[in-house]
Amino acid sequence: MIQFLSYLLNGISLGSVYAIIALGYSMVYGIAKMLNFAHGDVIMIGAYMSFCAIQYWNLPPILAILLAIVVCTVLGIVIERMAYKPLRKATSLSVLITAIGVSWFLQNIALLIWGANPKSYQSLVGFSALTLFDGQLHITGESIVTIAANIIIMIALTLFTGKTKMGKAMRAVSEDKGAAELMGINVNATISMTFAIGSGLAAIAGVLLCSAYPVLMPTTGSMPGIKAFTAAVFGGIGSIPGALIGGILLGVIEILGKAYVSTELGDALVFAVLIIVLLVKPTGLLGKKIHEKV
Amino acid sequence: MTKYKKPSRNFITYAAVILAFLICQLALSGMIDGFKMSRSLKGQLIPICVYIVMAVSLNLTVGISGELSLGHAGFMSVGAFSGILISQYLLHAFPEADLELVRLIVALGFGGLMAGVAGVLIGIPVLRLRGDYLAIVTLAFGEIIRNLINCIYFSVEGRGLNFSFLDPNLPGTMLINGPMGATGIKKLATFEAGFLLVMFTLIVVLNLINSRSGRAIMAIRDNRIAAESVGINVTKYRMLAFVVSAALAGMAGALYGLNYSTIQAVKFKFDTSILVLVFVVLGGIGNIRGSIIAATVLTVLPEMLRQFGTYRMLIYAVVLIVVMLASNNPTLSSMINSFTGKFRKNSEKEGDKA
Repeated sequence: MIQFLSYLLNGISLGSVYAIIALGYSMVYGIAKMLNFAHGDVIMIGAYMSFCAIQYWNLPPILAILLAIVVCTVLGIVIERMAYKPLRKATSLSVLITAIGVSWFLQNIALLIWGANPKSYQSLVGFSALTLFDGQLHITGESIVTIAANIIIMIALTLFTGKTKMGKAMRAVSEDKGAAELMGINVNATISMTFAIGSGLAAIAGVLLCSAYPVLMPTTGSMPGIKAFTAAVFGGIGSIPGALIGGILLGVIEILGKAYVSTELGDALVFAVLIIVLLVKPTGLLGKKIHEKV
Repeated sequence: MTKYKKPSRNFITYAAVILAFLICQLALSGMIDGFKMSRSLKGQLIPICVYIVMAVSLNLTVGISGELSLGHAGFMSVGAFSGILISQYLLHAFPEADLELVRLIVALGFGGLMAGVAGVLIGIPVLRLRGDYLAIVTLAFGEIIRNLINCIYFSVEGRGLNFSFLDPNLPGTMLINGPMGATGIKKLATFEAGFLLVMFTLIVVLNLINSRSGRAIMAIRDNRIAAESVGINVTKYRMLAFVVSAALAGMAGALYGLNYSTIQAVKFKFDTSILVLVFVVLGGIGNIRGSIIAATVLTVLPEMLRQFGTYRMLIYAVVLIVVMLASNNPTLSSMINSFTGKFRKNSEKEGDKA
């Protein structure tokens, strides 16, 4: 029972990282209607930036995280301006391929700067582990911080999109770009803002992911990226609570599957659940149903 | 006019492929002075054929049927491992028989068949979805196939075949060894076989496109509801395109697998699916000849860029982004159109005369 609880907590913690990454995917998809495959690599860049800040420049953890967030935010805006903005009117496949090009570009830049050898990432979480039930249940500091960060980000983002002017503009643009423009909303600035928020969140996710799983390579971001993307779809792409639910469910399924079914089949199980959910609810758990007009 | 134009276009495609093959053969035999193939380029000949087949078959799904598939490498791996399995089994079970050609043909056929079966099984749930959701589910299936192959163990004992799931302890000679993949493969793939497979793929795909079924598939792509209302069986034709595409990818996979002495399922991960999709998009969606050219150029390009050393893949990525941006640039495309427009008008006039 305690064992199960410990797996469950690990799953929720991993799922929280997925949820934070999934938010970036989900928001960008909601507004720009594009699958941003480079998002996973922004995570990797964020992790490397914080790694450098700690290892080479001896900055305190808070500053290291802030540096990673700033660099990734700027990176997100630059990518959007350089690669995606000229393709606003292009087919979605062209945008997809460009995103893949950006993803390869980032991975190879990282390969040139930091090399192919995996770096062992030093956890940025200062908390010691929490021990409950007479030392039977062990909760790592990373888990606590990840789950807390996830909750704070979700609340902040819900308030932001619900209450602020910029957040309302974002929702309007995702609803109808043309109508939003007619209402005097600067669509380009709104899309840039979305990329900035998504990439900033990716930096946080990168730090949290590498604190819990301390292997850092140029390809570190790609698999979590794909899984988070799956999580976003799972919960209903474009929806903030959907990303939260999708991410956490995915993390829990993955950890429990690896623990109780088989280590090799953990990932297969995740994708199988996704397929079943999509067959029953084709737009994800919390996705809006789209009616087709004839 | 179209009655004459279409077959002649296909004829040009066939002729170009045959010509390219003959030139390669001449270059290989050293008959052309001053044009010698480098060693690395020679090694690329079979992969080029494989990727051409992959690109053309994916184009059938993405371009002709209009379904974005991100799991094409999954079918390739099904074909590769079932092809390797049967050819290695025949090798061990009947060691006295010297049947390289038979084994190659059986391997390609069986690889295509198994990938086709996988296509049917995956197609049933996948084709209920549409758009980006369909893309994600194909991605998921690609990953599931890779994970499952990592858990499969086959061994041969005399003429018997042992199979186990997740349990690596099997008696006899291991043929497929879970995460270690297939080892000790007897290389069977030849450039000639690759060329014949490309020709076979082209004949199947081009004839399918120009057939009644092909027109039905394209009608569904352009407007599903309209196609349904004129009595086209939507599920049947979407399935047809999907399964044919999967089977061809399986044959390509079998050839690819038999080109190496060891192969792992990791070789067919998500990146491979994406790579083939890049060939299709850069070659022009729905354009078969474009797919062939793009697959060839983009397979050779990393080899050509070898002199740039570690910058090679970076340059590749930049080239990809720049090509995508340039091909979607309105001023640039209008320039190209005004340039090729005159040429096109002339050829159309000629077509009218004919």
